[in-house]
Amino acid sequence: MFENLGERLQKAIKNIRGYGKITEDNISDIMREVRMALLEADVNYQVVKEFTNKVKEKALGEEVRKSLSPSEMFVTILKDELINLLGVEKATLKLDKQMNIYMLVGLQGSGKTTTVGKLGNYLRKKYKKKPIFIACDVYRPAAIDQLKQLGKELDIYVYEEGKGKPVDIALRGVKYAEENNYDLVLIDTAGRLHIDDELMNELKSISEAVTLDETILVIDSMMGQDAINVIEGFNNKLSLTGTILTKLDSDTRGGVALSVRHLTNIPIKLVGVSEKLDGIEGFDPHRMVGRILGEGDLLSLIEKAEDVIDAEKAKEAAKKLNKGEFDLNDFLEQLKQVKKLGPLENIIKMIPGASKLGLNNISIDPKQIAHIEAIMLSMTTEERHHPEIIKASRKIRISKGSGTTVQEVNRLLNQYEQMKKMMKMMKSGNMKLPF
Amino acid sequence: MGFFDKIKNIMKSNKQEDIIAYDHGLSKTRKHFFDKLNFLNTKYKQLTDEYFEELEDLLVMADIGVNTVMTFMDKLRERVKKENITDTSMLAEIIIDELFIIYVDEEVISSKINYNTDGPTVILVVGVNGVGKTTTIAKLANQMINEGKKVLLIAGDTFRAGAVEQIIEWGSRIGAYVVSGSEQADPSSVIYDGLKVALDEKYDCVLIDTAGRLQNKVNLMNELSKINKVIGNLIPNAPHETLLVIDATTGQNGISQAKAFKEITNVTGIILTKLDGTAKGGIVLAIKETVKIPVKYIGLGEKLDDLRPFDIEKYIYGLFKGMID
Repeated sequence: MFENLGERLQKAIKNIRGYGKITEDNISDIMREVRMALLEADVNYQVVKEFTNKVKEKALGEEVRKSLSPSEMFVTILKDELINLLGVEKATLKLDKQMNIYMLVGLQGSGKTTTVGKLGNYLRKKYKKKPIFIACDVYRPAAIDQLKQLGKELDIYVYEEGKGKPVDIALRGVKYAEENNYDLVLIDTAGRLHIDDELMNELKSISEAVTLDETILVIDSMMGQDAINVIEGFNNKLSLTGTILTKLDSDTRGGVALSVRHLTNIPIKLVGVSEKLDGIEGFDPHRMVGRILGEGDLLSLIEKAEDVIDAEKAKEAAKKLNKGEFDLNDFLEQLKQVKKLGPLENIIKMIPGASKLGLNNISIDPKQIAHIEAIMLSMTTEERHHPEIIKASRKIRISKGSGTTVQEVNRLLNQYEQMKKMMKMMKSGNMKLPF
Repeated sequence: MGFFDKIKNIMKSNKQEDIIAYDHGLSKTRKHFFDKLNFLNTKYKQLTDEYFEELEDLLVMADIGVNTVMTFMDKLRERVKKENITDTSMLAEIIIDELFIIYVDEEVISSKINYNTDGPTVILVVGVNGVGKTTTIAKLANQMINEGKKVLLIAGDTFRAGAVEQIIEWGSRIGAYVVSGSEQADPSSVIYDGLKVALDEKYDCVLIDTAGRLQNKVNLMNELSKINKVIGNLIPNAPHETLLVIDATTGQNGISQAKAFKEITNVTGIILTKLDGTAKGGIVLAIKETVKIPVKYIGLGEKLDDLRPFDIEKYIYGLFKGMID
């Protein structure tokens, strides 16, 4: 997400490097670039207008600091204004009551049901909540089945009555949750158009019957200029407390994210980043702007790593690495740890400078990593400990066992050899780490 | 301006109910857009820079595609200069005319399904998540059944929870047989089984549902290319149609979707869904211009008969109705 927008903005910034000073003359070209970049990212046209005017005004204004070059100054202004658009503060979810009730609403196909699953999983893990789902999508064929399957997979109870009146189902579901000591209720609703009065009134009646702590609009991040009509339509009827942006793992440039807060003052609470049930993250404006401007997001990366990586094992691996004793058993362990971080593309994007190295648009086939893992798993422990004993017949066995080719086995062994050489050099102090 | 007479003729000669359905489905789409354009023409009697700027905003608002809009505006300015137009009321016709040219581009465009005369017609339906693939398949199958065809559905979305149940329920509603495999099965194998059934039992049409996939996911796109191969190996020249479903609310990303899917499969047409909301789906103009895929159908609601063949003339007519009257 956002990478393409970042690239376009960086192009505009690059142009400034040539100028000694930002003037009325040269800024209009730059602002045209910025404007196109934002429009191509589906940022609301009204927001684009205000944004470019403001940036231009500031860039030409009095606030010029002598210590900064024009391009540095421009980046600073751009950064501040982008953060302003995204809402400065990180928004949180209400979790303070004995039992909190959330309702998720949105257009058809925005990803409500999947998000209900992810949200339940996320809050249970992070805040030790005991969630329950209520199935109020009584219209779409098999919507209840979908939620039940998610519930089964996550081991979260789904309250459902089949096809009934959604407001009654919600009421009885909440009562059931109270009686059974659940502390987080997530209500899934049917997708609907914001201009469908009948269905919008149905949501309204649920919100009047049940005390909702959060009414969250689920929005597809690939939406275009119509997003504002949708958000306002839902908000006028329901007073939304937040939004969750989905499908941010697409190549969308995420204009919705840059428009929603500014136009409606409704915060983005979370973002959906993969099809998997743990693919949901908090939304931090500062970090997001860092990613847009290609500065990376090391903080999120570190947090993520702390979340999933076993610190003891990592320490041990580092020790072995230092001693030059790092064998394929350790490599396999490392691979498992890294895999827990999620898709590699997402990780690379958080590394500062990745876009300058051309790494941001890299696509990695998860199957390739699976192949490498399969090859190592087809080795015996002894072979992983002493890879040098792997000769022709062992290679054939390993390739057959892993469903790969001897060439692929060779490639892995070669890479390991090179790594070992590097480790030796590091040990003898002939080489510094490249970072 | 031959185009205007053409549109007026369409109004008179075409089945009135079709126009009404278009009208109804697009009424919200049109209203907003249209009010603005009318407002613009009243606000500015003369063609000023501000007029052009606001017109540009208007087209961007319809998601027509930023680059397409920019080229369009350049062309428009040029034409205005050349033909010495100063009056805004005269510009309305030119705007429609130029938009029409962008879409048509001197091609003969057909929105008809390319039926196989030698065995079953195989239609593969693809798209990103949540655009309405399964619902669209049900609508399309329903139409074909009403035309007296023997239709088979294949539940190729084995990934999303509840997807198989969804298409089975649709199948029973419209009276179509559904071939499905176990959950999380390899979609190619389910499709293979389904096509066998279609060949053995002499079905006329096979509609294949697939899992939603984001166009930048390499492994999922590879899966699609495998599906394509499996289909082609079993039935030569199949799939006869590969339809990409695009949500009308989609913005500029629609172009990226069309490009990526066309690279992997031979996308023959687009189905533009959810046009009954306030979204204008203008991105299809940019898609046609840059990726050369025409729209074949549009979805105008949740009911089974809310799928209509796409007709660019009616589409533009629907968008600009008040301007011509």
